[in-house]
Amino acid sequence: MSFLEVTKQLANGFGVTVVIFLITLVVSLPLGLVITFGSMSKILPVKWITKTFVWIIRGTPLMLQIILIFYGPGLLFKMQALPRLTAVLIAFIINYSCYFSEIYRGGIESIPKGQYEAGQVLGMTKTQIFFKIVLFQVIKRIVPPMGNEIITLVKDTSLARVIAVTELVKAAEDIVSMKMIIWPLFYIGAFYLVFSALLTVLLNYVEKKMNYYSG
Amino acid sequence: MDFLEVNGIHKSFGKTEVLKGIDFSMEKGEVLAIIGSSGSGKTTMLRCLNFLETPDKGSISVNGDMLYSSDEPPYSDTQKREKRLHFGLVFQQFNLFPQYNVLKNVSLAQELRQLKGKKFSVTEKREIIRNIDDNSRRLLDTVGLSEKVNNYPCELSGGQQQRVAIARALALNPDILCFDEPTSALDPELTGEVLRVIRELKTSDRTMIVVTHEMNFARGVADKVIFMADGVIEEYGTPDEVFGAPKSEKTKSFLEKSLENP
Ligand SMILES: Nc1ncnc2c1ncn2[C@@H]1O[C@H](COP(=O)(O)OP(=O)(O)OP(=O)(O)O)[C@@H](O)[C@H]1O
Ligand SMILES: [Mg+2]
Repeated sequence: MSFLEVTKQLANGFGVTVVIFLITLVVSLPLGLVITFGSMSKILPVKWITKTFVWIIRGTPLMLQIILIFYGPGLLFKMQALPRLTAVLIAFIINYSCYFSEIYRGGIESIPKGQYEAGQVLGMTKTQIFFKIVLFQVIKRIVPPMGNEIITLVKDTSLARVIAVTELVKAAEDIVSMKMIIWPLFYIGAFYLVFSALLTVLLNYVEKKMNYYSG
Repeated sequence: MDFLEVNGIHKSFGKTEVLKGIDFSMEKGEVLAIIGSSGSGKTTMLRCLNFLETPDKGSISVNGDMLYSSDEPPYSDTQKREKRLHFGLVFQQFNLFPQYNVLKNVSLAQELRQLKGKKFSVTEKREIIRNIDDNSRRLLDTVGLSEKVNNYPCELSGGQQQRVAIARALALNPDILCFDEPTSALDPELTGEVLRVIRELKTSDRTMIVVTHEMNFARGVADKVIFMADGVIEEYGTPDEVFGAPKSEKTKSFLEKSLENP
């Protein structure tokens, strides 16, 4: 198999990897915030249900969650299984929203009380205080931990192969077992390296942009 | 009826009773200094006035407008937001918004207030923003910071930051401006510039309450002085009365101590 043919076949797998990455990111970033509000809610049942949910999701392997979401509905309720990619996306979105929500919560709780009080005495509403004062400071503080999590997501996409979704690793593996050649595995390693290097550059840029003030 | 009337304010945190019945009143244009040892409840009193704490009992009114009364049902959040604007508060730790420059720190609340929930044409909006901008620059000029409008708080000295905080507190034109130990977080060489600004703010119709450990400042600037001890007003009078001829033993010993190590 020529280099070009391998590249073409891997490109399909890489497409799936990018789709999982992007959709998980775009949905989990805001959904994580909703979960944060849940886990910080003054309504105790909401707070405890959310916290327990986050605890379960963060305390069990993502791979297990993917398997359960794919096979669970069929085995438990005799429902038709979800399309494979959909099951993967649901698992990733739930998992990453929970991780993001904890980072958000840490960020929000690190903002000094005085910032809220300063807004309050100036007659601002709770919403105004959150969006005009607190949010930006939170974002600045969470860019580094979020960056780590996002880089991890790039590599976690390979877990999708557990229910036979042909993302990059599975695409390479298929070639390896069919053609008995090993180098495509090193080749996809380079894909991941370039992908995460680009993200690192982007994240560093954002971090630097937000460093126009200290604190 | 006095401009500010505070009656029978009680406030407990859990089992500790911090304010045990505070009564005082102020006339418009007066400057009131509140002194007292650490833990006597000065900050808690200011926080009650500014709706940052809710008293357990008592009443507060400004200019005939009842702001808090334990005999009446509590106000809605929206009503509270309106009523709290009778007061402005300058914090010990400044609490400036770090992500905004000095000008925006002062203009933000005005913009939110004047533009929220109303529809304006582009020209009207531009006009409003321009007025807010002018007003904010004027206030920053008052506190001597016209040069720093575009700087960020982290680029300023503590004294300059506190002056921005004063301009910010003035921006919504409160009836009564409160200061909670405005110079306590500052290096000694920076307290002067802040105290000077506060002194200059004293005009015929600006009412101010200053919690302070700066006895000379209290004596020189205040029209009335309150000495607080253990959650009650131990002594109240003109600076000459309180500093010159204190009646209570507690006041005497407090003043002696603060003369020894100012
Ligand atoms: N949120 C709170 N929860 C529990 N106790 C509190 C709270 N705020 C204040 N206190 C207690 O109330 C008492 C009075 O505090 P306050 O801050 O009003 O004193 P202060 O006169 O301003 O003192 P200082 O000169 O040190 O600023 C203190 O004993 C303090 O520990
Ligand atoms: Mg205090």
